[in-house]
Amino acid sequence: MIAFENVAYSYGGGELLSDITLRLAPGSFHFLTGPSGAGKSTFLKLCYAELLPTSGNITLFDRNVRDLARDDVALTRRRIGVVHQDCQFLDHLPLAPNVALPLTVAGRASAAADLTDLLGWVGLGHLADALPPSLSGGERQRAALARAIIMGPDVVLADEPTGNLDWEMSLRLLTLLIELNRMGKTVLIATHDLNLIRQAKSQLAARVLRISKRRIQLAGADL
Amino acid sequence: MKALFAMLAPDRQADRQADRVVPPSGPTAWLTSFTAGAMAFLAVFALALSLASGRLADRWAGALDRTATVRLSAPQDQMDAQTAAVLEVLATTPGVASARAMTDDEQRALLAPWFGPDLPIESLPLPRLIELTEASPGYDGEGLRLRLAAEAPAAVLDDHTRWRRPLAVAAARLRLLGLLSIALIATATAAMITLAANSALSANAQVIKVLRLVGARDSYIARAFVRRFTLRALTGAAVGTVLGMIGVALLPSTDAAGGFLTGLGFQGAGWLLPLTLPPLAGAVAFLATRASAFAKLKELT
Repeated sequence: MIAFENVAYSYGGGELLSDITLRLAPGSFHFLTGPSGAGKSTFLKLCYAELLPTSGNITLFDRNVRDLARDDVALTRRRIGVVHQDCQFLDHLPLAPNVALPLTVAGRASAAADLTDLLGWVGLGHLADALPPSLSGGERQRAALARAIIMGPDVVLADEPTGNLDWEMSLRLLTLLIELNRMGKTVLIATHDLNLIRQAKSQLAARVLRISKRRIQLAGADL
Repeated sequence: MKALFAMLAPDRQADRQADRVVPPSGPTAWLTSFTAGAMAFLAVFALALSLASGRLADRWAGALDRTATVRLSAPQDQMDAQTAAVLEVLATTPGVASARAMTDDEQRALLAPWFGPDLPIESLPLPRLIELTEASPGYDGEGLRLRLAAEAPAAVLDDHTRWRRPLAVAAARLRLLGLLSIALIATATAAMITLAANSALSANAQVIKVLRLVGARDSYIARAFVRRFTLRALTGAAVGTVLGMIGVALLPSTDAAGGFLTGLGFQGAGWLLPLTLPPLAGAVAFLATRASAFAKLKELT
């Protein structure tokens, strides 16, 4: 589904990620940890072709990212739902059309009932008409998750999805992501919240990857 | 063009949705409308100038082309005899439809703008002017000159070539100037709309980034901007064209203005020509914004 082969990424003259080889299998659940600035967000950006590797090969759905034209990248991103760290929304549109944005740009009509169900699933049914700037951090994170999954993607990537949330809200979001994984979606969460990882591992067989010294390693079982 | 018409179709839901995902453009939208309006207004006058100079060139060339003048500078005592000889030669020349000697009054009227109406023409050694009108096909100028030299040595044939050529050249250049002005106006419009579109795209860099991240193709994002700018250019140009046409219609009439302004404006079906300006402005905006949008999208994401 997503495969890295000897991938390196350099930025500003320095190598941020080096010699990364891994494969995210369909239906797997991964955490990605590491200190701030270690390259977690960069790794995720490589996963949805916002960045291209400096060397090595990344294969997304059996296609090398270097071979993807701009339209191909757009089509590939429709299969990958991303929850961004800063939850980017279109501030002039209410929440409902923001969540439905991936469907809109793909030219697919969203059934109002489905959209209402999805917003209800993430606990935002009462905020469908609210503008993004009026939402709290937790509401924005859940809205971002709803937007990430509305296309029924094969993969869900989340970059520090609980960064601005209290523990109760973090658990709620984690529960949503675990539910998605049980539906067969591949999930990768970048986080440095070890409690969240422990909580997830108590519910499912999640693998924990750690970025250390520019490389990705399988983290110890004591997490 | 097919893409332009398809994009402007009013009931395309995809376009309406694309419109909504991009926030209102603010000042750049007004700049586009104003620019298109002002340029269309100027283009109407350039078009009027071009058409008028075309008509002027045709009129001048036509009037001079069909006539010629024989100037007879004979001594007074031979004037009548040589005039009769010239008229006789002209009457027997194939290609000459008619010929007549101008009267003193007519010659006085010709000189009046320079010497006033009270010129004692009888006391001046003025040449006799004989006006001839050409038939179709025309006469053989060189043969006529030879015959005149034999029958009336003091007669000189002036077929107006030296007058006609610079007038026709001047009018043709005026017409070219008008067309060049329209081309420059179209180019300036394209440049201004490109700048406005670039500005709008840069101002919406964050929106574009979000759209790309959720899987929007460049064509989808570009369509929102292209449609908006094309419609604004179309509207602005329509207003500018109507105002320009009103301006041309309010120009002084032929009789009142006279001189160079004679005929500056549109005549008959010519009034339909300015109506092509709004679609032209729309097409220019469409092409300029489309090129600009795709280039900017590659730069931004």
